[in-house]
Amino acid sequence: MSCRLAADNVLYGNPLFRWVYDLAGSALPCWLAYIIAGLVVMFIVVNGVLAGTAVLTWAERKLLGRFQNRVGPNRWGPFGLLQPMADLVKLLTKENLTPKGADRLVFNLVPILMMMPTLLVVAVVPFAMNTAVADLSIGVLYILAVSSLTILAIFMAGWSSNNRFALFGAARGVAVLVSYEVPVVLSLLGVVMVAGSMSLSGVVEAQAVPFLLVQPIALFVFAAGTSAELNRTPFDVAEGESEIVAGYHIEYSGIKFAIIQASEFGGTITASAVIVTLFLAGWQGPLASYLGWLWFLLKLGLVLFLFVWVRATYPRLRTDQIMAFSWKFLLSISLINLLATSLEIYWLRGAERALTTGDLWIMALMNLAIAAACLLVAGRLSQAKVRRVRPPLPVAASGTAAREAR
Amino acid sequence: MYGLQMVRGLLVTLKNLTRKPFTVQYPEERLPQHPRFRGEEFVWYEERCTGCASCAKYCPLGIIKIVTSPSGTAVPQGDKYRLEVFDIEIARCMFCGLCVEACPYDALFMGSGFEQGRYSRRDLVIPIQQLRESDKRPSTWFRPQLEEAKYNPHLGQPVDWKQAGRESWRWHQREKAGLRLDSHPADSNVPDETEKPTQANALPEGPVQGAR
Repeated sequence: MSCRLAADNVLYGNPLFRWVYDLAGSALPCWLAYIIAGLVVMFIVVNGVLAGTAVLTWAERKLLGRFQNRVGPNRWGPFGLLQPMADLVKLLTKENLTPKGADRLVFNLVPILMMMPTLLVVAVVPFAMNTAVADLSIGVLYILAVSSLTILAIFMAGWSSNNRFALFGAARGVAVLVSYEVPVVLSLLGVVMVAGSMSLSGVVEAQAVPFLLVQPIALFVFAAGTSAELNRTPFDVAEGESEIVAGYHIEYSGIKFAIIQASEFGGTITASAVIVTLFLAGWQGPLASYLGWLWFLLKLGLVLFLFVWVRATYPRLRTDQIMAFSWKFLLSISLINLLATSLEIYWLRGAERALTTGDLWIMALMNLAIAAACLLVAGRLSQAKVRRVRPPLPVAASGTAAREAR
Repeated sequence: MYGLQMVRGLLVTLKNLTRKPFTVQYPEERLPQHPRFRGEEFVWYEERCTGCASCAKYCPLGIIKIVTSPSGTAVPQGDKYRLEVFDIEIARCMFCGLCVEACPYDALFMGSGFEQGRYSRRDLVIPIQQLRESDKRPSTWFRPQLEEAKYNPHLGQPVDWKQAGRESWRWHQREKAGLRLDSHPADSNVPDETEKPTQANALPEGPVQGAR
């Protein structure tokens, strides 16, 4: 009984999967070998993301502490490194509450639905050469489709909790998420057009010049949009300690709360991984065939640091400000970016319908100029809206003078 | 330019990232505490105490309870009264220090501690046995003789009852025994009766050990 993986299989590009499949297939039926190989790959990826999540919770608290001139967690282990363990043990020992009148099935389904998109996105991200679990030819579309499942989970949480604050938080969160989907999709269109491929490894290979330079507007829009979709500051209206306590997950406790929190932090990691892949040339770097994973991790750390930095710096925006930022600013600059990119590709691509490295550099210069122009125009427009303080009315001055004369 | 001030905000936080944290890691690190700090666990010298209960009378909250009985033994040596109960209900104490101000013979001092947290309110009463055994590192609050000796309860050694008062301990011994009222100094066995209770005689045994 020897099984060979067909070359047209989605998972053919994954060497680990092929190896496990061939090994198990020599002794077991093919369908069982397929499941076993899938479970092995899944185990590694899922636990890698969860371990990264644990490290991120520690790193974020530690960095936030240092940004605020504090020390951060330092009680458990060296530099407080065991803090995630302590948090986990604490949350596991808490009572697992379900509120009265809650829709039990939906309520209990939410943590799973929250965690799922986070882990599903990782499946297509190549964190070194040939290491994506499944190198889909429509990877970017898959990421967009899967990551918008979070909206559903948030609204389910708000609805099933039988709590008005949860419903408020969910409504706000869904409004933000839906309106930030649009500019994010439009920004990724530019990336896909320049790369000429929707597969993530195709995008990585197309980045002779990192798309950080070629598509600066798209990077900004995507970073802002994902931080809004992850409910991170400055766009975290879905949970507001001052108005609606914890927002949509107010009724969750114990292990369910832990899973929801872990999915938020894991979402930050996966979003950063997507940013690294699409804009920072992924695993590319010197000695990429051996040290690709190292380059990927370094870039991932950099992007995560930027996320924490932004969180440490900006206050939360109001809901209407968030909406205005998305619809008025992000949407317009992503449309401008889309138009500019398509025109540039139309002019620059040669007879073989592909962009050379020189073409990418020209595009980078032009797009950076366009980004600067966008910022200048937006600054002028936003300044025009600021009302000047009126000078004091002359009536008051004359009244004082009259009183003095009297 | 749109967003320029946002970048400036990012630079502000980045500057703070490079600074050292200003927090004090409390159980390991401590801020310096003033020697005049009015804290918990009063320092009480039984040898100096006459059982007059001035502290209990002056206490605005009435949380000091003193029960004495005539000792009947060794009255000339100063043991006129035996203290049976000296309870300070620290739970209601506001650390005004009026009891220390009221003490005529420098027997009661404020302490310097602040870490006497208890799980039960019943444990927040300092009984006489605890006062007897407590660490004799008095706060210098309302005790100029300790201040002049530059005594610091956080750095110095425990202070003996003979060194703690503003008068010499021999004067105090006679005072406690009531010999001043007898007006027969010649009969007394105490040798140096001419010694005057002055500020200059504070801490006659030399500077307090460990003083800084």
